[in-house]
Amino acid sequence: MNEDSVGIVETKYFTFAEGSRKLLLESGEKFGPITLAYETYGQLNEKKDNAVLIVHALSGDAHVAGYHQGDEKPGWWDDMIGPHKAFDTTKYFVICSNVIGGCKGSTGPSTVNPVTGKPYGLSFPMITIADMVNAQKELIDHLGIKKLLTVAGGSMGGMQVLQWVASYPDMIHSAIPIATVLKHSPQQIAFSEVGRQAIMADPDWGNGDYYDHAQPERGLAVARMIGHITYMSDQSMENKFSRKLKDKNYSFSFSTDFEVEGYLRYRGDSFVKRFDANSYLYITKAMDYFDLSEGKLFPDGKTVDARFLVVAFRSDWLYPAYQCKEIARQLKMRHCDVTYCVVNSTYGHDAFLLEIEEETHLVKHFLATTYKRIQ
Amino acid sequence: MAEDTRLDHKIICGMIEPDSKVLDLGCGDGTLLHLLANEKRARVHGIEVNEKAIYKCVEKGVSVFHEDIEGGLKNYPSKSFDYVILNQSMQETKNVEFVINEALRVGTHVIVGFPNFAFLRARARIFFKGKVPITSSLPYQWYDTPNLHFLSLTDFIDFCRRKKLKILKKVYVGKGRSVRIFPNLFALNGIFLITRWDNAGK
Repeated sequence: MNEDSVGIVETKYFTFAEGSRKLLLESGEKFGPITLAYETYGQLNEKKDNAVLIVHALSGDAHVAGYHQGDEKPGWWDDMIGPHKAFDTTKYFVICSNVIGGCKGSTGPSTVNPVTGKPYGLSFPMITIADMVNAQKELIDHLGIKKLLTVAGGSMGGMQVLQWVASYPDMIHSAIPIATVLKHSPQQIAFSEVGRQAIMADPDWGNGDYYDHAQPERGLAVARMIGHITYMSDQSMENKFSRKLKDKNYSFSFSTDFEVEGYLRYRGDSFVKRFDANSYLYITKAMDYFDLSEGKLFPDGKTVDARFLVVAFRSDWLYPAYQCKEIARQLKMRHCDVTYCVVNSTYGHDAFLLEIEEETHLVKHFLATTYKRIQ
Repeated sequence: MAEDTRLDHKIICGMIEPDSKVLDLGCGDGTLLHLLANEKRARVHGIEVNEKAIYKCVEKGVSVFHEDIEGGLKNYPSKSFDYVILNQSMQETKNVEFVINEALRVGTHVIVGFPNFAFLRARARIFFKGKVPITSSLPYQWYDTPNLHFLSLTDFIDFCRRKKLKILKKVYVGKGRSVRIFPNLFALNGIFLITRWDNAGK
């Protein structure tokens, strides 16, 4: 383990919306109890003004940095979070929670319904990005934090960042939406739907009621394979695989001839071991419902007194830079203090997890400036 | 102000009232905006097309929008700024008239700094050598220059007259000092503070 790691970490749990104090969801349904899995790194200072909330993407979880006991691989954004990294844990108190609807310790469709004693499955209510953020807000209240130094995240994490701006503008000093959009476009909805159809077409799905046997692994794997194609770029696939073969010659069969096929199958197969198919359905639908365009980012019409760092990636075609720029444009139209940067990366949408050097430079200085200004 | 502060930056700094809102078009690494934030408590923003320069801006705490000038200007509401700066960037834009108009839409005042094509040495190079001018303010070869427009101080004053723009201040800059006599002949650069006639006196 390196000196710049937060070291061994443990996931914690916070339960709320118990009894009659249920959470009102955007759909109008009331739901509880809700547990959120979360992790924290660094120390919350006395003034409680150094808290940073990291929000994760579709398949992410609360384990964003450091190592779980016995694990070889660190959290999903470990390169960005730790001592002297972009989110410097010697200065800031970093929080990350698994979203509601997820399957990594937070309440979701695979959670046992305390009333029936069986997993929720499709009886789990439909959730939205706003519901995810409302749940996170309960956690932030519970931690005694009045105002976050920043909320940061990429992809669906970026949607949650924007939702924080819309829902709780007075609770953030700054926001860092990365490789994200104000609303899901028809193309993005289409990719979500194909993934969902792959899962629902798998006979093992059984209308979401599969928890007493295996989950729809083939369908979920196909959904993940489609996802991975959209996360890469034409050029990154060329660089990574070209037309390289697994063996010297064509097999003249439907086995995996090409490296890219092997890669996608491997990605699909490893995903089904760690992710719940119903969670995939619920979370992708939440993303499709997301829409803060046309002024909905500022629901009360007021401007927001927060600083913004909006980051896009040149080769990202899933969440193209022009859609990211629209976020920055809306902020500018409201006289917000916004920095917008397009990083010249070839990694496609995956870039937000890979272009660490550029992101570190931007985030580190942006946070330092923000923190200085609030003192 | 630091001793190594560029002369044109000092001059621009002198044109700006304290606590103003300032937009710098083609702000580069943010040096000028950083200066204005420190010296004039200005609320500063930049537009810059170069990615590496963006990182430098963020390092200095300067907020910046990654886009070219023409595209970036459209995104601001009218009268967002007290000053919009076009220092050594106007001559690099495709549609100067559009940029000046847009700059005067989003800001009350516009500060324009540009190299003087009619500087004595430039004239001499054309006249005696028959070659395109290369001077310390126009340091490029014809094939690698970012400049799309070549103008003299007199040209710009004519432009302002024709477009009914009021010149509130003008400073002519030679090598390390300002120039008062025959500026169109002896100045390397000109820096103009302009506004619309209906804003004059505000």
